[in-house]
Amino acid sequence: MKHILKIMALVVAISAFWIGLLRTSIVSDSYAWLLPVYLVLSLGCYGLLMVGVGLMLFPTCPQEAVLLQQDIAEGKEFLKSKGIDVASD
Amino acid sequence: MEEEEEQQQQQKKGKKKYYSIIVPTYNERLNIALLVYLIFKHLRDVDFEIIVVDDGSPDGTQEVVKQLQEVYGEDRILLRARPRKMGLGTAYSHGLKHASGDFIIIMDADLSHHPKYLPSFIRKQQETGASIVTGTRYVRGGGVHGWNLMRKLTSRGANVLAQTLLWPGVSDLTGSFRLYQRSVLEDVINSCVSKGYVFQMEMIVRASRKGYHIEEVPVTFVDRVFGSSKLGGSEIVEYLKGLVYLLLTT
Ligand SMILES: Nc1nc2c(ncn2[C@@H]2O[C@H](COP(=O)(O)OP(=O)(O)O)[C@@H](O)[C@H]2O)c(=O)[nH]1
Ligand SMILES: [Mg+2]
Repeated sequence: MKHILKIMALVVAISAFWIGLLRTSIVSDSYAWLLPVYLVLSLGCYGLLMVGVGLMLFPTCPQEAVLLQQDIAEGKEFLKSKGIDVASD
Repeated sequence: MEEEEEQQQQQKKGKKKYYSIIVPTYNERLNIALLVYLIFKHLRDVDFEIIVVDDGSPDGTQEVVKQLQEVYGEDRILLRARPRKMGLGTAYSHGLKHASGDFIIIMDADLSHHPKYLPSFIRKQQETGASIVTGTRYVRGGGVHGWNLMRKLTSRGANVLAQTLLWPGVSDLTGSFRLYQRSVLEDVINSCVSKGYVFQMEMIVRASRKGYHIEEVPVTFVDRVFGSSKLGGSEIVEYLKGLVYLLLTT
């Protein structure tokens, strides 16, 4: 099944549930009408939160840059000894 | 003594696995030399070949590769050049055509993908029997160095969007440091048409949809020291288009 169909199925299921709520008036009508708005808002909040948290916990590795510089120096040394031109431009 | 034992064990397990490392290059004369040195340093008891797919770099990348062939042997470093810049996706399939390994490793030449992680890819594959092992920057032990806030923000945004919409089952979609079982790469690469970052995403999403066993290993990513990035431009727009394309076709 194409992935978009899965998502659409999910949307349809949620809509059906919502329409069910509207009809049976288990919750008050005015509240039920607002539910989709809440849903969209919470989805947006979830996205922002995930980006925010991801940004705060973004894994960095400054020590790796130092190690790479050492590897580069070592590599250049070796390549030079083999007569390979590694002058950086 | 020890060596003998090892050999016997290998005979029991059958033929020793062979790995082909495909490295696409465009203007990477210094990086490719350092990369080759580091690969040989970190893969001492592994049978492998390096396939350099160079797209007619004007900076003399191919001359450097030929010098490297003299040092390490033409059977270990294969230069499979193309006449002009034809893009990354086709560079991989071009390299694949000339690869003789049971497993194919794909990595960038610019040292953002450090060869010291190669053993952990190979080990992971052997332990789990996975079809694909992909390097991820977004787990413990992984990480990125050299990105500014904007770059981090777009990366996080893109990742959250793709995770929410595509449910791909892997944490790092656009990383391109990966090990594939040969047959799996042949299968997946033929159904991929995207370019740039989206190509990496399409590969892993299609593989995941086809039900291939995918494992992850943490890798760190240090932004390139030498040379300049060849992707870029309207990256974000391309990415969004790619996302929609994958939603509709996978
Ligand atoms: N053969 C070939 N290699 C390429 C091409 N474009 C990029 N590359 C190589 O692909 C790798 C990743 O490219 P890079 O510019 O570092 O992309 P970035 O890391 O996403 O910014 C490097 O090894 C480049 O030399 C191309 O058109 N042809
Ligand atoms: Mg790069």
